Amino acid sequence: MKKVLTGNQAVAHGVLLSRAEVISAYPITPQTTIVENLAELCADGILEAKFLRVESEHSALASIIGASMVGARTFTATSSQGLALMHEMLHWAAGSRLPIVMANVNRALGAPWNIWNDQTDSLSQRDTGWIQLYCENNQEVLDTVIQAYMIAEEVYIPVMVVLDAFFLSHTSEPVEIPEGGEVDKFLPKYHARYKCDVNDPHSFNLMVSPEYYQEFRYKIQYAMEEAKKVAKRVDDLFAKSFGRGYGPIEGHLCDDAEVILVTTGTVTSTSRGTIARMRERGVKVGLLKIKMFRPFPREEVKEALRGAQKVAVIDRNISFGCGGIFGHEIKATLCDEEKRPQVFDFVTGLGGRDVTPSLITEIIEYTCQNERPEGEIIWAGMRG
Amino acid sequence: MRIEIPGEEYMVSGHLACPGCGAALSMRFALKALGGKIIVVLPACCWSIIAGPFPYSSLKVPIVHVAFETGGATGAGVKAALEMQGDTETTVVVWAGDGGTFDIGLQSLSGAAERNDDFIYVCYDNEAYMNTGMQRSSATPYLSWTTTTPANQPKENPKKDIMEIMAAHRIPYAATATIAYPEDFIRKLQQANSTRGFKFIHVLSPCPPGWRIDPELSIKISRLAVQSKIFPLYEVEGGEKYTMNFEPKGILVDEYIRLQGRFSHLSEGEIELIQENVDKEWNRLRKKAGG
Ligand SMILES: Cc1ncc(C[n+]2csc(CCOP(=O)(O)OP(=O)(O)O)c2C)c(N)n1
Ligand code: SF4
Ligand SMILES: [Mg+2]
Repeated sequence: MKKVLTGNQAVAHGVLLSRAEVISAYPITPQTTIVENLAELCADGILEAKFLRVESEHSALASIIGASMVGARTFTATSSQGLALMHEMLHWAAGSRLPIVMANVNRALGAPWNIWNDQTDSLSQRDTGWIQLYCENNQEVLDTVIQAYMIAEEVYIPVMVVLDAFFLSHTSEPVEIPEGGEVDKFLPKYHARYKCDVNDPHSFNLMVSPEYYQEFRYKIQYAMEEAKKVAKRVDDLFAKSFGRGYGPIEGHLCDDAEVILVTTGTVTSTSRGTIARMRERGVKVGLLKIKMFRPFPREEVKEALRGAQKVAVIDRNISFGCGGIFGHEIKATLCDEEKRPQVFDFVTGLGGRDVTPSLITEIIEYTCQNERPEGEIIWAGMRG
Repeated sequence: MRIEIPGEEYMVSGHLACPGCGAALSMRFALKALGGKIIVVLPACCWSIIAGPFPYSSLKVPIVHVAFETGGATGAGVKAALEMQGDTETTVVVWAGDGGTFDIGLQSLSGAAERNDDFIYVCYDNEAYMNTGMQRSSATPYLSWTTTTPANQPKENPKKDIMEIMAAHRIPYAATATIAYPEDFIRKLQQANSTRGFKFIHVLSPCPPGWRIDPELSIKISRLAVQSKIFPLYEVEGGEKYTMNFEPKGILVDEYIRLQGRFSHLSEGEIELIQENVDKEWNRLRKKAGG
């Protein structure tokens, strides 16, 4: 069935179809309608779940950590300041090896206040041990929520599904909604391999000495590497069941491309059109969309960029004192390649500034015309 | 009424508490009172250590160790999941220190109390942050020494009245207790366990190194705290019905204070000041109980 849904409604539909059992969330623009939607679905009995109306994002994640410990399928959603407030609990969820799924609507962090699109909120949580999946459109949002549960419940690593503020969260698009029964077949009821159980008492997360702690970390890293394979398998299975697949990355016209543009989120959609027009003009440009940020799909990215002379990365985020975060990730990935393309890192679109087709055209033209970038960061779309 | 203390032990030897630790004894009695069908949620506190280092546990019941300020929220989540699984028998007990309750965890505690989530929250109160080495908390008594309120600048503010805060949430049941009155403590835990909604138990738990007392004095000092009216034993139902459980007979705070190194810097005048405050608080409480 096709329905017109906003990104936030797509999230709620994904959670409904995945039959989350305990949900806990706290409102923040532009995530709020996810909370409202889910609260309504629970109140109407359409989704049989406990909805905890907690007093903060910190408690939202803390409470579903508790629920997940007891073996429930759980969900929360947040954005920006809320995600930053959760930071401690993000580590706690991953360290506890809980298959929690969260949606984060990418919004700028204060100060100063800004409620619009920016990736720095989720990217600055990159070392917390969560899988991070960035979505391009509302269909991908819905599908990714369902896939996220399957991945999380296999590798016992929490998953963050990320969508752009307003460009997705509040924009309506036609979305194919899978049949509930079909989703149940794809994603059966969750049975925790380990859980807190009075009939089999164990102690969870107790103090671990230096003799053991490092092995706990090793196991998370190991599971992250496994997650790459699992995510591919889940995506293939999803494609077989529902006819749509995404992959950790998507290369588009990369094979003969001299310049490859690297994008995430909705900038990808805008870039598809721009690249088609530039191809018509004979510019040999391709597009690499990155969906999976953690674990980082190193091999796939190398493979996709292998033939290119130049790579232009669009970063809607910044790590102060360093540069664009995807840009650095790409540079680090390419550093042991024998023939390395020149990487141009464009920081733009911060705090919701539009990344328009003409700006993307400028970015590609700059990359074509210059041997090397003017610096570590090229600030694009600055006020004149 | 006298209650037999259940013989079953759910806390075993090998735990890491100091000799004479009130918090350890409190847990032992609490588990006896509540039986084996409980999940303990444990925010950071001395008990995070006492429970035993990996891969051991000193409790025969499951424990979920959680972040310092999350007792209220995690308790709610555990309970919600059990309810979804149709498990109505398992009791969820959050076991937190005074720091995790009065200070950093007050927000999530208030959230759970206001929602009237169905679990028992026990605050074992040793009147400072003992895990990190005896720093003041808002539960530290007036004029007490701690490592962040040195003797020449002791705590300037009175102890926060957590029971009044909980009563103001109109929760079904709140009670104070000490290990010197184990039957009273056990009865209160059992009453909490048979009451639906949010329950709060405030148990005074002397800490020999933190209070600078001899380990063998923990129970005597707990008793003196009640007898000197510093720590009255009482219950509050629905935030309104106050019941006093013990009528003290003329013991002055001086007797309680003199046994403890954390008060050794106090002058006669300062002890008198404490006595005045205690009398005032006692009368206020008596009035609420209709006495
Ligand atoms: C967010 C955070 N801040 C600080 C700490 C360090 N810390 C751990 S336990 C503790 C004090 C606990 O005091 P209390 O709750 O009274 O329990 P007690 O140790 O006295 O039993 C502190 C400050 C922490 N674990 N987490
Ligand atoms: S420091 Fe105090 S509370 Fe902590 S274990 Fe020792 S006696 Fe118990
Ligand atoms: Mg304490």
